[in-house]
Amino acid sequence: MTLAPETTDLKVQLRLDTDWFTICDLTALAPGRGVAALLPDGSQVALFRDRNGTLYAIDNRDPFSGAAVLSRGLTGTHQDRPFVASPLLKQRFDLISGRCLDDESVRVATYEVRAR
Amino acid sequence: MTSNPRVVPTIVLVGHGMVGQRFLEALAERGLTATHRVVVLCEEPRPAYDRVQLTSYFSGRTPEELSLTDAAFITDHGIELYVGDPAETIDRATKTVTARSGLTVEYDTLVLATGSYPFVPPVPGKDSDGCFVYRTIEDLLAIEAYAGSRATTGAVVGGGLLGLEAAGALKGLGLATHIVEFAPRLMPVQVDEGGGAALLRTIEDMGLTVHTGTGTQEILAGADGAVTGMKLSDGSELATDIVVFSAGVRPRDQLARDCGLTVGERGGITVDDRCRTVADPHVFAIGECALASDGRVYGLVAPGYEQAETAAAAIAADESDQPTFTGADLSTKLKLLGVDVASFGDAHGTAEDCLDVVYSDARAGLYKKLVIARDGTLLGGILIGDADAYGTLRAFTGSVPPVAPESLVLPAGAGESVQLGPSALPDEAIVCSCHNVSKGTIRGAVTDHSCATVPEVKKCTKAGTGCGSCVKVLGQLVTAELEASGVEVDKGLCGCFTQTREELYEIVLALRINSYQDLLDRYGREGARGGDGCEVCKPTVASVIASLAPTIGASGYVLDGEQASLQDSNDHFLANLQKNGSYSVVPRIPGGEITPEKLIVIGEVARDFGLYTKITGGQRIDLFGARVEQLPLIWARLVDAGFESGHAYGKALRTVKSCVGQTWCRYGVQDSVRMAIDLELRYRGLRSPHKLKSAVSGCARECAEAQSKDFGVIATASGWNLYVGGNGGATPRHADLLAQDLSDAELVRLIDRFLMFYIRTADRLERTSVWLERLPGGLDHVRDVVVEDSLGICEELESLMAAHVANYADEWATTINDPEKLGRFVSFVNAPDTPDPVVGFVPERDQIKPDLPLLTIGHRPLEGSAQR
Ligand code: SRM
Ligand SMILES: Cc1cc2nc3c(=O)[nH]c(=O)nc-3n(C[C@H](O)[C@H](O)[C@H](O)COP(=O)(O)OP(=O)(O)OC[C@H]3O[C@@H](n4cnc5c(N)ncnc54)[C@H](O)[C@@H]3O)c2cc1C
Ligand code: SF4
Ligand code: FES
Repeated sequence: MTLAPETTDLKVQLRLDTDWFTICDLTALAPGRGVAALLPDGSQVALFRDRNGTLYAIDNRDPFSGAAVLSRGLTGTHQDRPFVASPLLKQRFDLISGRCLDDESVRVATYEVRAR
Repeated sequence: MTSNPRVVPTIVLVGHGMVGQRFLEALAERGLTATHRVVVLCEEPRPAYDRVQLTSYFSGRTPEELSLTDAAFITDHGIELYVGDPAETIDRATKTVTARSGLTVEYDTLVLATGSYPFVPPVPGKDSDGCFVYRTIEDLLAIEAYAGSRATTGAVVGGGLLGLEAAGALKGLGLATHIVEFAPRLMPVQVDEGGGAALLRTIEDMGLTVHTGTGTQEILAGADGAVTGMKLSDGSELATDIVVFSAGVRPRDQLARDCGLTVGERGGITVDDRCRTVADPHVFAIGECALASDGRVYGLVAPGYEQAETAAAAIAADESDQPTFTGADLSTKLKLLGVDVASFGDAHGTAEDCLDVVYSDARAGLYKKLVIARDGTLLGGILIGDADAYGTLRAFTGSVPPVAPESLVLPAGAGESVQLGPSALPDEAIVCSCHNVSKGTIRGAVTDHSCATVPEVKKCTKAGTGCGSCVKVLGQLVTAELEASGVEVDKGLCGCFTQTREELYEIVLALRINSYQDLLDRYGREGARGGDGCEVCKPTVASVIASLAPTIGASGYVLDGEQASLQDSNDHFLANLQKNGSYSVVPRIPGGEITPEKLIVIGEVARDFGLYTKITGGQRIDLFGARVEQLPLIWARLVDAGFESGHAYGKALRTVKSCVGQTWCRYGVQDSVRMAIDLELRYRGLRSPHKLKSAVSGCARECAEAQSKDFGVIATASGWNLYVGGNGGATPRHADLLAQDLSDAELVRLIDRFLMFYIRTADRLERTSVWLERLPGGLDHVRDVVVEDSLGICEELESLMAAHVANYADEWATTINDPEKLGRFVSFVNAPDTPDPVVGFVPERDQIKPDLPLLTIGHRPLEGSAQR
């Protein structure tokens, strides 16, 4: 999933079942911040890019408030794993596993994502 | 219906209140949940919750947050919990309990933890609509619902501990509140006459009306059956819409009476010192329903917890560990209506020959009394208004403290006062009386179990997890122990930096570092370098960079380059995120002054975009319900009409409120509006460790409430007085007078220095009030630095502020003129024209409010979190 940050013209793609669904240009993702995208079934995904260029995708819905806002949270690294903190009540979610770091019983869906 | 045949011995618990839950935890700790079937009958519609903290509902705690039971605990231990299904009969011959639903369970051991019920005196009219008791979450919700529809005034019958709690609830609902107490003082059980007087004064100062030495004779109701008032024993009538009875509690022992268990003359199920009922060795009673072997019923949670432990140990029949319950200490520390009240040990001085040491300052609402034996042994005491010393004093009770007792009750700064740290306590001293944890055990948690933080020690020892009154002492002990064992206490900002915010500020300023990544990679902790930082240090460094921008060569625009990725979510969208994902918009209205034309523009914008409109507490107007893609369109209109960002989203200057002042007001002595506008325009956009608020009043009547602000200005005949460190909010603080009779120029210069000194030295999210109290030397030190220039830094502080003022630009105007930045204001990167479908609104009072049911769309039950 890592790629050279300079590469242009790359598209961000998300795996839905067996197909890759194209979302946007890679340049639309600023390192350290997220964006939200709409999926064909009406659900929403939050996409992030870290400073090394790695991409992550999780469900955009914050399970604690119900609002579709995870893409607007602050990201960071905790014990070498990337996370996003919900902008509403600040619970953190692991971007790889979707697990909530502040409440073991909660988890959000994750997606496979690539740039090409 | 009889539930599953028994294969293992069964324990049935009746009542899932605070003590019942503690009992279940004690069973689990002793492994009894693995060897027994455990069945719980819970009458209330929800599992155990923190009754002690009931009133915190009015400061924003939800019923869910009050819960004491997590679903995993119940499932992991295989406990069968029947919520909303009370026990109705007990048959001791067949050893069965039958619940309301018809469920019948056979028990080997039965534990009654049914608590108590509020006593309602038999006064005429007590059943009218609008009469309540206050014990459960359901009571609280019912009072709230009733008050919301019709009430402006409420009265509490009873001025004891629970009466004051109930009064706090009525006050929390915004009602004019009365307390009617039969005894000649408030809290007659816990405090003496002097304490009662201090309490009375403080409570009256809060705007509550107290009637002591007065009985309630009748509740008066209107034709519709709803309360209209009450008749008092002095012949007067009190008009009120709500009456809450809080005249004591009675043990809930009916179930026990019905099945022939022995109960005391004045109620309570009679038990022995193992909490076993005297009538039946298979039945136990614990908590407020039990009459202990010392002949008392305990109405506090700590003794109940001790009984829960005792009963669990007796059931485990663990010979090596057989605690008994033969009575308990009635020490309590409470925050009632925001006033600290504590009593411990022999508070009323009943021991023979004992002496009192009293410090009292009625003006400050302080009353402190220690009861001392002839030989100097501390026997007990009462603390009203300031109970900081409670944790230490309670632990010293029964021994001779190492310093003179009077020095323990004098207020800080009164010469002789001594802060007796917990290091002076002996190892056997009980620090946490809820869970009976000694100082030695806490030290052991740090040294032998390598707990390095208060949460770890809490988990390890349970100390601090009851009423919470010992947590302060706990924190001091943990730090002292860590320092003693040579561990360096980590004062770092977060997991990424070992430095404090103040140290990072100095690094950024001295080395002119204007990139977060640069700072992290050079000065971050070993493992954090090269990483992505975290949600704590990113906005903190963003704020430091923003407040120093012109000086360190960074862009003054917070959405420029790397800075955009560091900002808190609200700053990133230059608006305030609301619960459903929409935003609110607050244009700046300097000093609260606005022309009719501008008011009309705000009205038109709100109307055209369908926004909910409200006047804020900061003398300006908030427009709610904007979708993210509407923000630039709204701001294009506002900027066009001459508005700027109000920074309601930023840790930055918010508002400078004003009163109308000399121009119109007959009392005004200076032009407070002009000064407020000047100050607001000077400091707008200034990023700081926390938000900054200010106000200017035109005379000493103080209509602008300047003394509750971070910096407040009050006009005098010859100039301005400057106050600093004030705060509203959860922990209000009156501002301190920094300097008097200043000219306009002197005032501005001092504020420049004060603000820049604060920005330089405060911790993240530390308001000026907290900062001022934390700084060694406090106000005097700040005065030395900013008035006397004792550190020789004033010139630098002033030039930093001058650079900020010269470089200010409105960030919304910059944003709407930058097409690249505007691209960010969409709900979906791949469907810029589609709005977020879960942001919706429904009508209320001719405006809109968030459509919350929409937020449940896409909700999936999560594994492991199901509640039975
Ligand atoms: C809108 C407003 C309420 C209103 O409708 O009147 C408001 C709304 C919020 N306040 Fe406030 N406060 C508002 C005036 C106040 C005041 C009164 C005042 O400023 O004169 C106070 C007490 C004064 C003070 O701050 O000392 C106040 C004390 C707080 C506090 C407690 C601060 C403290 O030090 O204890 C918080 C929580 C915090 O900052 O951590 C808070 C936090 C908030 C937040 C940011 C909560 C949040 O995170 O969502 C709310 C965001 C508003 C939004 O989304 O637009 N608000 N808040 C007021 C906006 C004033 C303005 O024009 O900017
Ligand atoms: C507003 C308020 C503030 C308080 N503040 C403090 C404080 O600061 N410090 C302090 O120490 N104490 C305080 N208390 C007292 C404290 O809450 C009690 O001492 C404690 O809750 C007692 O615990 P318990 O389990 O014995 O009773 P409870 O917590 O009352 O629990 C008993 C439970 O049993 C249930 N029950 C009754 N009969 C049946 C049945 N037949 N079948 C099934 N279930 C049944 C009841 O519905 C209830 O849920 C306060 C109380 C209130 C109301
Ligand atoms: S503070 Fe003084 S000048 Fe200002 S409105 Fe009040 S009374 Fe008038
Ligand atoms: S004394 Fe109550 S929690 Fe420690």
